[in-house]
Amino acid sequence: MNSKAKAQAIFKDNLQSFFFILPAFAIFCVFYIYPFLNMIFLSFHEWRGIGPMHFIGLQNYKELMGDNLWWDSMVHAGYITLIALTFQNALAFALALACDREIRMKRFYRVVFFIPPVLSEVVVGLVWNWILNPEMQNGQNIGFLNHLLYTSGFPQMVHNWLGDPKTALTVIAIVHSWKGFGWGFIMLLAGLQTIDKQFYEAAKVDGANAWETFTNVTIPMMLPVITVVVILTILGSMQVFVLILSMVNEGLVNHTDVPVTRILSSMTETNRFGYACAEAVIFGMILVGVSFIMKKLSDKVKQA
Amino acid sequence: MHKLLTLCSCLILVVFAGCSQPPQPSNKILLWHWMTDRDGTFQKLAQQYQKETGVEVTIQLFAPSDSYSQKIIAAAQANVLPDIYGILDKKFIVADFIKAGLVTDLTDEMNANDTAWAKSLFDKALADNRFEAGNTYGIKPGIYGVPIDVTNEQMLYNKKLLAKAGITTVPRTYKEFIMDSQALKRVGITPFVSGWGELWMLNCFSSNYAFNIMGEEKVFATYRGQVKYTDPDWIKVLKIFADLRDKGVLIDGIVTKGNKYAEQDFALERAAFAFNGSWCVNVYHDMNPNLDYGVFSPAPISTEYPLKIWGGAGSSFVVNAGSPNKDKAIAFLKWLTAKKQQVVLARETNNLPSNREALSAVSVILAEFSMGMDQSTHPSIWPVNEDPLVLEAFEKGIQAIIIGEKTPEQVGQDVQKVKDRQMAAKRN
Amino acid sequence: MTNETIFVDKAIIPQHLNFNNFAIAWTKGNFAVYFFNSAIYTVCVVLGIVLIASLAAFAFSRLKFPGKDIIFYMFVAAMMIPLPGSFVALFVLMNKLHLTNTRFGYILCMINVGLSMSILLLKTFFDKMPRELEDAARIDGCGKISIWWHVALPLARPAIAVIVIFNSLSVWNEYILATLLLGDSQLMPLQRGLMVFQGANSTDYPVLMAGLTMAAIPIIVVYLCMQKHIVKGLSSGSVVG
Repeated sequence: MNSKAKAQAIFKDNLQSFFFILPAFAIFCVFYIYPFLNMIFLSFHEWRGIGPMHFIGLQNYKELMGDNLWWDSMVHAGYITLIALTFQNALAFALALACDREIRMKRFYRVVFFIPPVLSEVVVGLVWNWILNPEMQNGQNIGFLNHLLYTSGFPQMVHNWLGDPKTALTVIAIVHSWKGFGWGFIMLLAGLQTIDKQFYEAAKVDGANAWETFTNVTIPMMLPVITVVVILTILGSMQVFVLILSMVNEGLVNHTDVPVTRILSSMTETNRFGYACAEAVIFGMILVGVSFIMKKLSDKVKQA
Repeated sequence: MHKLLTLCSCLILVVFAGCSQPPQPSNKILLWHWMTDRDGTFQKLAQQYQKETGVEVTIQLFAPSDSYSQKIIAAAQANVLPDIYGILDKKFIVADFIKAGLVTDLTDEMNANDTAWAKSLFDKALADNRFEAGNTYGIKPGIYGVPIDVTNEQMLYNKKLLAKAGITTVPRTYKEFIMDSQALKRVGITPFVSGWGELWMLNCFSSNYAFNIMGEEKVFATYRGQVKYTDPDWIKVLKIFADLRDKGVLIDGIVTKGNKYAEQDFALERAAFAFNGSWCVNVYHDMNPNLDYGVFSPAPISTEYPLKIWGGAGSSFVVNAGSPNKDKAIAFLKWLTAKKQQVVLARETNNLPSNREALSAVSVILAEFSMGMDQSTHPSIWPVNEDPLVLEAFEKGIQAIIIGEKTPEQVGQDVQKVKDRQMAAKRN
Repeated sequence: MTNETIFVDKAIIPQHLNFNNFAIAWTKGNFAVYFFNSAIYTVCVVLGIVLIASLAAFAFSRLKFPGKDIIFYMFVAAMMIPLPGSFVALFVLMNKLHLTNTRFGYILCMINVGLSMSILLLKTFFDKMPRELEDAARIDGCGKISIWWHVALPLARPAIAVIVIFNSLSVWNEYILATLLLGDSQLMPLQRGLMVFQGANSTDYPVLMAGLTMAAIPIIVVYLCMQKHIVKGLSSGSVVG
């Protein structure tokens, strides 16, 4: 085969391959790139959503850099993410491991664990408002949690969980983890199911105990899936907001603000679309950066 | 592979096919609204209207109101607004819509036949839709919207719970209010609930007292930047919230409470007083039909200036200036705000009608609410409004006072800092 | 169950069921139309995503072509960046394309929403796939498309099941984009029906709960059907081998 024919063959091959991603790429370009470029364009403007736009250069970004409320909200989202990464994912992994084994009623658990993600935000808001209600009526705690604490002998622990800046964010993070662990669970379970059982048998033949099998077979085989779950957890937790609105409305002073609620408030409360877009650009860049670091880290672990 | 190619080209063809047509006048008008609770009644009235006049009114509901606002703004950009719609936003946004040529000036219609239409409606409701001569928005003076109901925010009391604490009359002064609250506390009843997790409710309550303590001129002077938030009068306003907290008047968790939950608390008799808008009549009725309650005006703390409450148009519609069916749309709104239709709306949806002649149709408790219209005011009729960022700092500051994080003096200083920054930014 | 019992019993779990609420929810919420619409949207969007995302993920994982990594990272980055101001831009764009108030336009938008995450997840699973099966198929003379269809897709069955569940749930519960893009109530999805019970001020909890229960059933059925595939993944994969 001469080089020209070879080049042609490669070109044809590339073209064929490119057709695989063409539908995705086309939809992406039309429905994502245009709004995205529009957002970047708007972030250099002062605009109220209607009426004239004023080009103000980097003014929005400059203001954002010194906006303490914004950076606080970033810290809050980071805190929620940290709890979700550790608590929620550890729980999800443990339960996925359990359901991967031969345990009784595993079918039942698989369904039960998936109930919180299916629940609509309305129901989640209602249920948790009832559980965490700090009020008293006729000398009794209305909220389920406080009632439980009181009757089971911990009256000193009765607390206004969402009204105290020290506990509010943690409670929100826990509810978020409760609602989200089902996703991690099914993804990790799906990953565990694709591990060839031969590896486990081989480990058994080598005389490995359960812990060694876990660290030497399960973890390395699961690393890519774990990475995806971690990235999706970061994404889901950093962008949490509907849950926050349904639990504390417009927030406990600024202690429960997260980036997305700040962006929304810039758009609707103060009608600053340009500033909201600048916030979104910075927020997106930080998320991309974090995910990129995660990916590099997991690559390094893989090589080691 | 060929199949894929065909599919893709079909897709692209479909996407880029079609061409636009200029709007034509017709016998159909389109209305977009956000009022879930009124959709059924609107649909019924539209059918009746078609029978009477032959004009087909299509009523489309988009809820919740946040999504509705987004849709209106997006549709304004694409210039595809319906014949009739509502702008659920601050006055300066309404002004932007008018400037963009999206809203019809209704002044002539309102003033025709010796101001017949304007006269039939509540002044305060119309004022929300009016731009006065010399307004700061640069809008030609006139009336630009049609109010279809009115509303105001007042205090409510639970008759049974007050009787339990031995209280026979509603508090007329702030001092009495505190004393009554303490009497209620002594018998184990939570005195007061309100949805202060929604910041505008907090703003509404605090501005009532700001007007009462320093008078409206001084409030507006503050908004103009001539009076500081560290002024003793403003500290007095902020101190009310510290006082309410210290005296145990407020229900636990009030700063994160949504209004829906606050309404639930009052309906279930978990609190004796509530601060809420006139729409609550319908809500309380749904939650607890046996609730025995009454309405009173918030108790003033000072005698120097009148205490004003928020009130005005509950919901208003505007007519699209680009619509080819403008006249038909206006005729429909005229019909909708006529006495007969307003009675139907008031009866079926338990809202205060914007047509004052329809007032006879409302329940006793709503009639009590309607009496507050005389002392009502609203940001949309003020000559000047506070910068939204300063307002946010002020409202969040009150929350911080209630949870005991900051003193009124600290909040005054913090808010003034934001105010100074915004004033400086405006000058540049 | 009535509004009173919900509040007076202080309980979310009703003490006596009133099936009448289901009937009220069905008719008042216009569920017959909305259920049908949501079913169409969910099926189309999920099918679209599975096909489009698996093709793309297969290419990103297994094929070689210039610009591959950059395009892949673009998809992943897109997932990260929220587009708050984009509603206006999206609406203007859709209006220019004459896709507002059409089923097709809404479906395309929803496919876009779920695409990035699905590609990322599927690529991860394709990366894990043993190469031997693929090589064997190639020796048998299979082209790229038939390797994708006969080897990759069956092997990635658990991941596809996850994607189906994830996207079904997100389409089934979506209403913000629907409110933005659709006008005609005959085109609206199920959540629009549920909005009727949650007024700006009053909420009809018993009927809302009945509606929410009915709305949740199809999703639970989808999950029950799909979770079998998550668990059976390995055995079905070995059939191909």
